[in-house]
Amino acid sequence: MTPPLLGGVEEVASSASLLASSTSVESVCENGSAELKERNYMGLSDSSSSGDSSAISAVTGESKTSLNLKATELRLGLPGSQSPERNSDLCLFASTQLDEKPLFPLHPVNDNHGSSMPKNLLLGNKRGFSDAMDGFSEVKYQNLSSQPAKAKEVVGQKPAQERPLVSNDPRANNRSSANNSSAPATKAQVVGWPPIRSFRKNSLATLSKNTEEVDGKAGASALYVKISMDGAPYLRKVDLRNYSAYKELSLALEKMFSCFTIGQCGSHGTSGREMLTESKLKDLLHGSEYVLTYEDKDGDWMLVGDVPWEMFIETCKRMRIMKGSDAIGLAPRAVEKSRNKD
Amino acid sequence: HLFIHSISIFQAVLIILHLSPFGSLLFSPFSSHLSSSSPIPHRERESFDSESLLSPFPQISSSGGISAMDRSPKRRSISPDDATRFPDEVLERVLALLDSPKDRSAVSLVCRDWYSAESWSRRHVFIGNCYSVSPEIVARRFPRIRSVTLKGKPRFSDFNLVPDNWGADVHSWLLVFASEYPFLEELRLKRMRVTDESLEFLALNFPNFRALSLLSCDGFSTGGLASVATHCKNLTELDIQENGIDDFGGEWLSCFPDNFNTLEVLNFSHLNTDVNPDVLERLVSRCRSLKVLKVNRSISLDCLQRLLVSAPQLTELGAGSFSQELTPRQHADLEHAFGLCKNLSVLTGLWEATAMNLSAVYPACSRLSFLNLSYTALQSQELASLLPHCPCLRRLWVLDSVGDKGLEAVGANCPSLEEIRVFPADPFDEDMINAVTESGIVAVSQGCPKLHYILYFCRQMTNAAVATVVRNCPDFTHFRLCIMNPGQPDHTTNQPMDEAFGSVVKTCKKLQRLSVSGLLTDLTFKYIGKYAKNMETLSVAFAGSSDLGMQYVMEGCSKLRKLEIRDCPFGNAALLSGLEKYESMRSLWMSACNVTMNGCRVLAREMPRLNVEVMKEEGSDDCKADKVYVYRTVAGPRRDAPPSVLTVSSL
Repeated sequence: MTPPLLGGVEEVASSASLLASSTSVESVCENGSAELKERNYMGLSDSSSSGDSSAISAVTGESKTSLNLKATELRLGLPGSQSPERNSDLCLFASTQLDEKPLFPLHPVNDNHGSSMPKNLLLGNKRGFSDAMDGFSEVKYQNLSSQPAKAKEVVGQKPAQERPLVSNDPRANNRSSANNSSAPATKAQVVGWPPIRSFRKNSLATLSKNTEEVDGKAGASALYVKISMDGAPYLRKVDLRNYSAYKELSLALEKMFSCFTIGQCGSHGTSGREMLTESKLKDLLHGSEYVLTYEDKDGDWMLVGDVPWEMFIETCKRMRIMKGSDAIGLAPRAVEKSRNKD
Repeated sequence: HLFIHSISIFQAVLIILHLSPFGSLLFSPFSSHLSSSSPIPHRERESFDSESLLSPFPQISSSGGISAMDRSPKRRSISPDDATRFPDEVLERVLALLDSPKDRSAVSLVCRDWYSAESWSRRHVFIGNCYSVSPEIVARRFPRIRSVTLKGKPRFSDFNLVPDNWGADVHSWLLVFASEYPFLEELRLKRMRVTDESLEFLALNFPNFRALSLLSCDGFSTGGLASVATHCKNLTELDIQENGIDDFGGEWLSCFPDNFNTLEVLNFSHLNTDVNPDVLERLVSRCRSLKVLKVNRSISLDCLQRLLVSAPQLTELGAGSFSQELTPRQHADLEHAFGLCKNLSVLTGLWEATAMNLSAVYPACSRLSFLNLSYTALQSQELASLLPHCPCLRRLWVLDSVGDKGLEAVGANCPSLEEIRVFPADPFDEDMINAVTESGIVAVSQGCPKLHYILYFCRQMTNAAVATVVRNCPDFTHFRLCIMNPGQPDHTTNQPMDEAFGSVVKTCKKLQRLSVSGLLTDLTFKYIGKYAKNMETLSVAFAGSSDLGMQYVMEGCSKLRKLEIRDCPFGNAALLSGLEKYESMRSLWMSACNVTMNGCRVLAREMPRLNVEVMKEEGSDDCKADKVYVYRTVAGPRRDAPPSVLTVSSL
């Protein structure tokens, strides 16, 4: 059922994608958590693109760095308006790029300039999710995440060609995300996609939570909610039914996110990587540094701890450990609350 | 519709042909047999076979023809100076039987007499793009309109891609209508801006006004509805759907006078605030002709039960919130009330319906043809229990919470199904494990051979599955597939989804509307251009590899009327490849593509009867045309465009 391809390109393309899929599987095993899933959601052709990037990164580490710098450069304009030299770097990878467009027999023939074929190929490259993002100015991002795992989608002004590289490189993403404004929320979403009308979205906002409630009534099944932390590369999920009070939850969270806070500790000039006492962690989590918030049924972000535990687990959709600086207006209360609680 | 064309082509015909005497010649034998006093029955979709009417021996088309003409005597010889010229009034009477706008357009092109008779007899005008024509032109062309349908913003405004102040304000139309169509009865607006002032103006200036339908409109509040309820004495229809409005409370419903009883259609399902249930019940009980009632979520099940008891004649019901916990007695009462509704063909609403409550609607489902369950996250088992009660179901809308298993139940229980729409319960949650996959849609297609309309949101799809679906159901007229991750390939083969849409266009000859998604190269568009000869509407997002993609479509799709594209690598060459085509289309939308201002200028220069509008994003490059909206018009450039919308001229 494969349509006619350009002869040998097909084999190269298919072997590249084979390589791609095996590489991406490995990277999944390494990282463990939702990272790959998140990439999938954001719409890059899963293994092929990540595979492309692995193949690419294997071949040219150096040029990747230079491309990454260019990639993080803030540019105005839509992708596809690239200068040729950018493309020439990637023309080595044209064969792997082609596996995204294997059914394109006319293209090289029609273009009467063979040297710029890679350029056209890349210009004509399928625009993946982050390419779409390029077209939008920052103000349009509804929810930008400062987490690198998500930030690959939030690549701002990156040109189309950078997409395969970006998807697998958290460092580049970090830099690029620093260039973008971030708003409190956990997902980067393209404006108007998926194409669902707003009245329907508004109805849906309460529906998904209600489904969980229905399940809860049916037999106290698990109530998994996602927990994100600013600065962490991946999210965690906890079953709120495992806990009976806020205290237990906060202890669990501290344990879960300690690995990240250790790093933060160091970077914020405290006593480095020595043992972090529980009190220090608590301070980090409940002090002015971090604030624990949750999104409720209505879509509002609330401070954890205000309502009784039962009500909390009924209404909590997901949680976020925000930096105190982001929680404007909440932070001072958080400090007081933690002091009162302790 | 051919509204614009009938003007420009007619002018040419007028000048060249002078067919006026010919038209009267044709009909003189019949004039004596048409009584001008008896009312002519209203028929739908009457069509003239215009070919046959131009022949010297007029044959009435086999699809029906007019009864008066069927009783015509044998034709007698006709001389050119036959004094019994066919009176215009009679011709108008005959033409008044025509409903289809396409037929009317064809008829108006025959000759000057027919043009004039058709325009005088036309009661309803449909304007698909409010900027394609001005209200003055419409009023001049059709002097006796009673019913207007107007559409405004581009469809992508539904998805927040169009700035709020873009335009499409109905007020300028109402001002002209007030003087030219004071007897206006019906106004149906879609994606227009409507203010409370406009609604008040409408209510006060049109004494015969009967039917107001607002779909996806914005700019008004419940205050405007109050004006309509207060002043429109003969209101039969108030249909407020899916609008972005300010809801200041339910008092508007109380504005209907106590003796008001003409309502036949009442739809306020998407208003958020509470209305007074007593007021509603009283209104419903005195409007004996009420056929369509769609309430909002504030209406409890108790109230609904009482409403049903007092209005068992309903044909369409939009229930309110369906999550209330009911005692067995309440449940029985509700079930009994539903059982009284023997004529229900449409059931919608049912917000957050629990399985328990849903069983109360079973008695009303035997004649149900349209069931909208997209406001409740049903599970597969709940759907499977409900469907056997709906043997006549032709249209079904659900959320993907029903999963593939639920769709298997659809395939098993709905042999007459013609339309299915599956919406995502949580579009932004990638962890949905119960969402629908390719198996679901295949299962539906296997059990429902009459399927011709599908809207399917999913997170994965395969080329093989789509091929199977269209093999099972080759009569698709509307195929809208949304794979929610942009640019996602076939998840089993990792190939692009080109072959999927290729199979759709190859197999479904009657395809009118297509929405594509997933990883797509130019090959998809090559297929579309080659095979989709009846396609009128195409929606494309995150697809294509080069300008060629769009070129294939512009060159191959002869019946294309609406093309909307976002986030595709189509540039100026693609835009300009459709140069010859845009005047025969309603509109083109391209956003986040590679079109530049220069390309737009070239287009505007070459095609002066198009409006080429560019919506600029803040902070974007001056050369880039971020959002391009191109449409044919006889009204010239817009005079009401906000600063962010530039009409590109050739300068």
